[in-house]
Amino acid sequence: MNGWVSALFLRELRLAVRVGGSGVVGVLFFLAVVTVIPFGVGPDLNLLARIGPAILWIGALLATLLGLDRLFQADRDDGALDLILMSGRSMELVVLVKCLAHWMATGLPLVLAAPVFAIFLNLDPVAIGAVTLTLLVGTPALTLIGAIGASLTVTLRRGGLLMAVLVIPLAIPVLIFGVSSADAAIHDPVPFLTPFLILCALSLIAAVIGPFASATALRFASD
Amino acid sequence: MSGGTALVVTGPNGVGKSSLLRTLAGLVSLMEGTLRLEGGETDLTPFEHTHYFGHQDAVKPALSVQENLAFWRDFSAPATPESFAAGTIRPLEALDLLGIGHTARLPAAYLSAGQKRRLSLARLLVTPRPIWLMDEPTSALDTKSEATLLGLMNSHLAHGGMIVTATHTPLALTPMQKLHLDTAPSEPEETA
Amino acid sequence: MAFWDFANPTRFMRLTDRVLPWLIGACAIAFAIGLYKSFFMAPEDYQQGDTVRIMFIHVPAAWLAMMCYSVMTLSSIGTLVWKHPLADVSAKSAAPLGAAFTFISLITGSLWGKPMWGTYWVWDARLTSVLVLFIMYLGLMALWRTMEDPIKAGKAAAVLTLVGALNLPIIKFSVDWWNTLHQPASVMRLDGPTIHPDMLIPLLVMALAFTLLFFTLHLMAMRNEILRRRVRSMRQKAAASARPAAATASTQAAE
Repeated sequence: MNGWVSALFLRELRLAVRVGGSGVVGVLFFLAVVTVIPFGVGPDLNLLARIGPAILWIGALLATLLGLDRLFQADRDDGALDLILMSGRSMELVVLVKCLAHWMATGLPLVLAAPVFAIFLNLDPVAIGAVTLTLLVGTPALTLIGAIGASLTVTLRRGGLLMAVLVIPLAIPVLIFGVSSADAAIHDPVPFLTPFLILCALSLIAAVIGPFASATALRFASD
Repeated sequence: MSGGTALVVTGPNGVGKSSLLRTLAGLVSLMEGTLRLEGGETDLTPFEHTHYFGHQDAVKPALSVQENLAFWRDFSAPATPESFAAGTIRPLEALDLLGIGHTARLPAAYLSAGQKRRLSLARLLVTPRPIWLMDEPTSALDTKSEATLLGLMNSHLAHGGMIVTATHTPLALTPMQKLHLDTAPSEPEETA
Repeated sequence: MAFWDFANPTRFMRLTDRVLPWLIGACAIAFAIGLYKSFFMAPEDYQQGDTVRIMFIHVPAAWLAMMCYSVMTLSSIGTLVWKHPLADVSAKSAAPLGAAFTFISLITGSLWGKPMWGTYWVWDARLTSVLVLFIMYLGLMALWRTMEDPIKAGKAAAVLTLVGALNLPIIKFSVDWWNTLHQPASVMRLDGPTIHPDMLIPLLVMALAFTLLFFTLHLMAMRNEILRRRVRSMRQKAAASARPAAATASTQAAE
């Protein structure tokens, strides 16, 4: 039973690392977003420190979304998706494993890069820790929610933009609680744990809803 | 249809041969009618007894040939009902059998179209499943590989397997039934 | 660049085989002198104390970051105009080096900035321009990695490099403008007072050492890239070649 899960996981990880290093490109995109925002709002370090957690979260959200459009499409294009559907394995579990591998290859690098980029935004050490922790908990939710969009647009040639449009509304709660728990850690009187635990709950809910919804969508897509 | 026989589907382009195979593979849902498999493992659906060998190779260029094949062996669930007696062979043996053993450690990106096709074919040999659905199995293969393929198909039949294939080239399969589809395609009810 | 003279990769490999040991030796000597001078002989700054010594790494690295881009620009012209086989090899192997030098200058700059400005990073015009340059290097590297075929990737990257070369002055100018617009002259400039000869000489030696280091690494990277391409074509041949020994048949020719 566990053999196929690890086989799938390793395959996804190998593909993600070997094909153009999508994780690296995601981090690069993240860096570009973080760099561009001061050009818009000005280089005032106090202002940047105040909106820093929000910038990092929005950057991570966009980087995650842009990396997701090939999650199922690559497999559909070469016929592998048909075989996966026929493999006799639980499609929900397949989606979950794929998402996990995808997060390891693209989401985790974003989380690891966040403390470095936080320096550009003049965040203090507590804020850096808080943002990184919320991203660590929250980005899996973004990947899992994004997987729904990726499976809905799997048949479209240029599904990337549409996918982002479909997924961003669904990702708003994650963004709200991610940013607010990071902010809560910085401004003392507000409790950090309340929004943070809600964020954890959102990730767990996404881990249930995401695989079921995208497995259903993928079954329809093969028609 | 019964175990150990091949069904060769012929007919002009666009008549629905591929659709028939995809329906049998469970990738397209039936408009009407039912699909029944007798004598299979009861806890598996008919589709999980089936290998689909379609136009697309499902070969990942970034993985090595061996990694490609090993993944499908580990990932696809085997189905071995009592009436089906074929054993499996290890990935390297399957590659050798198909004449691409020397490429095992190369990235699949370096393979030619025919070699990719053979790699895809090796997938059928490493996981035992009694039903093979083959859509134009000989396309992109040279005469020698075609002969190898024919041998493999016949040995699959001899072990009690079943083959449904859509093709334009005559294939010497025994025992064989023929189904000729013409312009008014009908979805036949398959029983085995 | 002198690389045009080497008509083919094989001659290039033979020539670099002979040149590289000398280059490595010269580089080591320059570094030995430069590091000794900058860390033991150069005086402390009356304001900054020992931190000023970061300059001896920072400034040459920043200079190399620029020079590396000009090497890539020249190589890109070579790729597009003369279609020289070594030009895109040169451009490709220069990109990671440029990124590395840019990274070193960013890191040392922010370490230097901490005692001077009180934070690791300010959106100073200079730093920001270098950060943009860094992103461009990484983008070029990603482009090379993403495209399978090295020839196509070389052409695409050459176009991007040239567009970048034309854009860099514009970027620099706009960043300067953006910066002065927001905070007029609040940030301490690095180029304020003229540099005393006691500091200038170690700086120049270090600049020379870094330049030698760049050429050494660049030649080595080019050799690696040529070898990598040879491996690639050998693997392609291996895949297309006949099945080993017994199974060779006339049908193989068709493939």
